[in-house]
Amino acid sequence: MELQKFTYDNKLTKLFMLVTVLWGVVAMLVGLTVAFELIFPNMSGGISWLTFGRLRPLHTNAAIFAFVGNGFFAAIYYSMPRLLKTPMYSKAMGNIHFWGWQLIIVLAAVTYPLGLTQSKEYAELIWPIDILVVLVWVVFGLNMIITLVKRRVKHIYVAIWFYIATWVTIAVLYIVNNIQVPTSFLHSYPIYSGIQDALVQWWYGHNAVAFFLTTPILGMMYYFIPKAANRPVYSYKLSIIHFWALIFLYIWAGPHHLLYSALPDWAQALGVVFSIMLIAPSWGGMINGLLTLRGAWDKVREDPVLKMFVVGVTAYGMSTFEGPMLSLKSVNALSHFTDWTIAHVHIGTLGWNAMMNFGMIYWMAPRLFKTKLWSVKLANTHFWIATLGMLFFSIPLYFAGFTQALMWKEFTAQGYLAYPNFLETITQILPMYYLRAFGGTLYFIGALLFVVNVWKTITSGKFARYEEDAAPAKHAPKAGEGWHRKLEGRPLQFTVAALIVIIIGGAVEIIPMYLVKSNVPTISAVQPYTPLELEGRDIYVREGCYLCHSQMIRPFRSEVVRYGDYSKAGESVYDFPFQYGSKRTGPDLAREGVKTLPNYKPDSWHYNHMVNPQQLNAESIMPPHPWLAEWDLDVSNTPSKINVMTYLGVPYPEGYADQAVADLNKQAHGIAEGLRKGGIDVEDNKEIIAIIAYLQRLGTDLYKDK
Amino acid sequence: MKIVIQQLEQINGVEIYPIISLIIFFTFFVLVGYLVLTTPKSVIEEMSNLPLDEDNDLQDNNGIQN
Repeated sequence: MELQKFTYDNKLTKLFMLVTVLWGVVAMLVGLTVAFELIFPNMSGGISWLTFGRLRPLHTNAAIFAFVGNGFFAAIYYSMPRLLKTPMYSKAMGNIHFWGWQLIIVLAAVTYPLGLTQSKEYAELIWPIDILVVLVWVVFGLNMIITLVKRRVKHIYVAIWFYIATWVTIAVLYIVNNIQVPTSFLHSYPIYSGIQDALVQWWYGHNAVAFFLTTPILGMMYYFIPKAANRPVYSYKLSIIHFWALIFLYIWAGPHHLLYSALPDWAQALGVVFSIMLIAPSWGGMINGLLTLRGAWDKVREDPVLKMFVVGVTAYGMSTFEGPMLSLKSVNALSHFTDWTIAHVHIGTLGWNAMMNFGMIYWMAPRLFKTKLWSVKLANTHFWIATLGMLFFSIPLYFAGFTQALMWKEFTAQGYLAYPNFLETITQILPMYYLRAFGGTLYFIGALLFVVNVWKTITSGKFARYEEDAAPAKHAPKAGEGWHRKLEGRPLQFTVAALIVIIIGGAVEIIPMYLVKSNVPTISAVQPYTPLELEGRDIYVREGCYLCHSQMIRPFRSEVVRYGDYSKAGESVYDFPFQYGSKRTGPDLAREGVKTLPNYKPDSWHYNHMVNPQQLNAESIMPPHPWLAEWDLDVSNTPSKINVMTYLGVPYPEGYADQAVADLNKQAHGIAEGLRKGGIDVEDNKEIIAIIAYLQRLGTDLYKDK
Repeated sequence: MKIVIQQLEQINGVEIYPIISLIIFFTFFVLVGYLVLTTPKSVIEEMSNLPLDEDNDLQDNNGIQN
């Protein structure tokens, strides 16, 4: 058969690889900053854009979308043309993808510190940037699919199925979770509220882990481990089963983030069952990756690339075993809201994602620049520092997690909480936070060695932009071929099949939540927020309070005694977006405003605590928020917010938007007057008044008559 | 659509959804398993070698000096 000649263009692979290195360092640096802020709460110096609540989304998003994202884009632009024997379809689309994605990252890095956020974890971007994300994602996907159509080989290798599943699923998840109604150019409310918003968010949140941090990296694994070990994958049959089982099961697992919450039991049970089943395909994948190295283990001893891959895949196995365990209700009762979760996700990112990226780049950089790795020794040092750093990061946090959970739950013989003061449980685990920061520092030092090594490697070589290759002309699928060969021979049908598989899971889980009326029982005592409370709530969102304070009292004796009656689904029907939170670095605030409960604090306490928490509790690790007492509350958007709320079904009286600001001023005056009487010099129009109004409202609806 | 909504007005019988999904998954999984196991060995071999049939690699030992 006649061979056709063509060239691969390595330019975009190179660019994606370089920004992976750059954003990796940035993500880790921001992570290290927030880790230190938890030990030294005054480190932010009262500067709004340096506080934990503003920087934490920047850290998670940079790690996920900038470091891991650019890493697997580099993998895709390298492996796809070589596996399909054709260059990527369009250089222009590739350029739009590359520069568009970097623009999104830069916009995120600007907007998050400014407090522009939707407060949905890993989907915090405001609506104009969301639109940009969708556009760039579509360009990226089209470029991939047209390349597939134009390929010269008959079969589509398994790595590419993982890339396609990534693209399809992230598109669906991102759009569904980000349906929102703007109130201004920089602000919007989601169309979902309360428990429905929570379910959609964690359906997204969990599958962002599944389809952004797992499937594309499995694609990398199936391509780069065979390349680096120079032998085919252990079992290709296993990889087919791995793929279909994984994408089918993953999409269901989201509700395990909401165990013991106000989510209906049937949905929680569904999340648990599918999470447990996930062990099978995940471990199938891990075993397949590791056994690919059969007969090559001697190479692992000296080759930093393979070492990175081995630890990466092992960490994948660990965290995909731990994940299902954490989704068992009895384990989750302990682990949820503690640092256990933080340890778990860092085994995933520092172990699985980052090690796979490091390994891939150590392999790829010398090949793109036609040279050898500058220093194998330095790469091996990086490997050891990174492995130790990951362990120093995670193991202390496991201890912190158990310790704090057990302290929260402990009762004295007399039947009282053994540690009624939340702060005691923080002080106890603070040494573990020091160790975590040490582990993070080690890991960061390792990453700097990586930067030096990559830099020296690429400067010692010469970039080979074009590579020649030749292959026979395109194969068309023939009649009489096997079922799967036909399916993977038709990329569009394959994409649709993957889409149907993930939609079944999402639909069965989410649609009944919307259609079954009794899923969210209405509570007549629950009323919409006043305009001032609503503005206060938006400040609560802006400052990222939800990152350390939950608003979800689980139905345990220990929580009911500490925080008050457990949270009901009907209480958060006006919460656009929900604020249940996922971590308790500080106490739960679901019933913060209820005067008869032990946690109640007067307005003046909140004022002083917000401005300088350490003045009230010397050992508090909450960062000071002095600007709240200095900045004027912006009410220019309040009528628009009320209009959008009304549009979304919140029962404000007709035409209330016109009256909202007057009501807001009246309520603010009352609170400020109270504070002034107590000797606090504050004006009516400061932001802190709004946030106090919101905090004092929390959880009170159910206690009105008591 | 109205029929669907009316049927879902109450929670009773909601367990049918997980059961349906389990049946879908089980059937699907058995089908994929059967088809994979009956795929000829030569095809599997050809596919698993796709990443490796290039000879334009600069070196095979990932930069390690022998």
